[in-house]
Amino acid sequence: MACPDDLSALMRLARQGDDDAYRRLLDRVAIRLRLVVRRGLAAAGRGQSECEDIVQEALLAMHLKRDTWDGQRPIEPWLRAIAQHKLMDYLRRRGLRDHVDIDEWSNAPELAVEVGTPAAIDSRRLLESLPERQRTIVREISLEGHSAADVAARLGMSEGAVRVALHRALKALAAFYRRERP
Amino acid sequence: MKTEQLVEALVADGTAGARPLARSIVLALAGGIAVSLVVFFLTLGIRPDIRSALATWRFDLKVVMVLLGLVLAFGVCRDCARPDLPRHPLRRLLPLLVLVVAAVAIELALVPEPSWRQRLVGSNSMICLPMVPLFSLAPLVAVLAMLRRAAPASPALAGAAAGLLAALSGASLYAFHCFDDSPLFVATWYSLATLAMVAVGAVAGHRLLRW
Repeated sequence: MACPDDLSALMRLARQGDDDAYRRLLDRVAIRLRLVVRRGLAAAGRGQSECEDIVQEALLAMHLKRDTWDGQRPIEPWLRAIAQHKLMDYLRRRGLRDHVDIDEWSNAPELAVEVGTPAAIDSRRLLESLPERQRTIVREISLEGHSAADVAARLGMSEGAVRVALHRALKALAAFYRRERP
Repeated sequence: MKTEQLVEALVADGTAGARPLARSIVLALAGGIAVSLVVFFLTLGIRPDIRSALATWRFDLKVVMVLLGLVLAFGVCRDCARPDLPRHPLRRLLPLLVLVVAAVAIELALVPEPSWRQRLVGSNSMICLPMVPLFSLAPLVAVLAMLRRAAPASPALAGAAAGLLAALSGASLYAFHCFDDSPLFVATWYSLATLAMVAVGAVAGHRLLRW
């Protein structure tokens, strides 16, 4: 059994199909990401309300782009680079938006009121916009904790089809973060 | 959606069957080169005197230069596809630079000064300039499409690296057609065509490779 804090070892196990190792890796990475993002948002003078959205976006990127990690090297610099990329990307888009706002609304009262909800706001909106079948599959697996095989049996689909739909939904989620979010 | 719930979805999506980045780039590049090979044989084809050309050191050196460039550019492209870019990604190209400078120096030492100009301009420069990019097109499209699944630290740099890799693929084909084997010709016109593809790749990468 790998040392639980050796993230590289966990990812190597995950690549061999060890789901449990992958879950432990993602949990640990989420905790670290949250710290990094909070610090980054504070340093940029921004509120913390969208912290969890950035964490989720970085987790998704890490998952969908995992082939870009070179298994010969430690995983931490790779993780840090993805977290930084997503945080900078977010701040840059936000900065541009603020800039536009200043130009357009220079005489208007304060419009952007931060909503203090400590959960990912955007992903819920996205789930509602997914095609019904994909939405059901994501709900059953992520919210209710069913396995892909269970969901397949329940919906009368093959397990492969459930996995494909799930993968499509995750890609849609990543694309949504990039395109739709200010 | 809470983060723990997202984690469950990611775990269910699975990680088994990781495809190494290098293999994905090789596959994409091979597909692109296959298309370019067809275009090459439909347009220019191999020079008729290939047998005797292979016996001359200038032709062999030309082939070594483009193939070395191809191999080194592959390493640069793979590095640039990752989020954690090494500090000096272009350092890999140093051996190519040394080889080109040495080849040019040897040529200048061997050939009397009055013929430098004729060797430099050659007879094919106006074919080289459009044809190398033409043979690079399919490899560039294929590699860029593959890189969209990667996570480049700098999309523009990754696109430029794809342009470099594609240009050297195109140059490797073109080298078997062209009669101008002088290192003076190769260093000038192949480089110009390559720079054009690097610029195209950088612009395309900036637009297509953001993630």
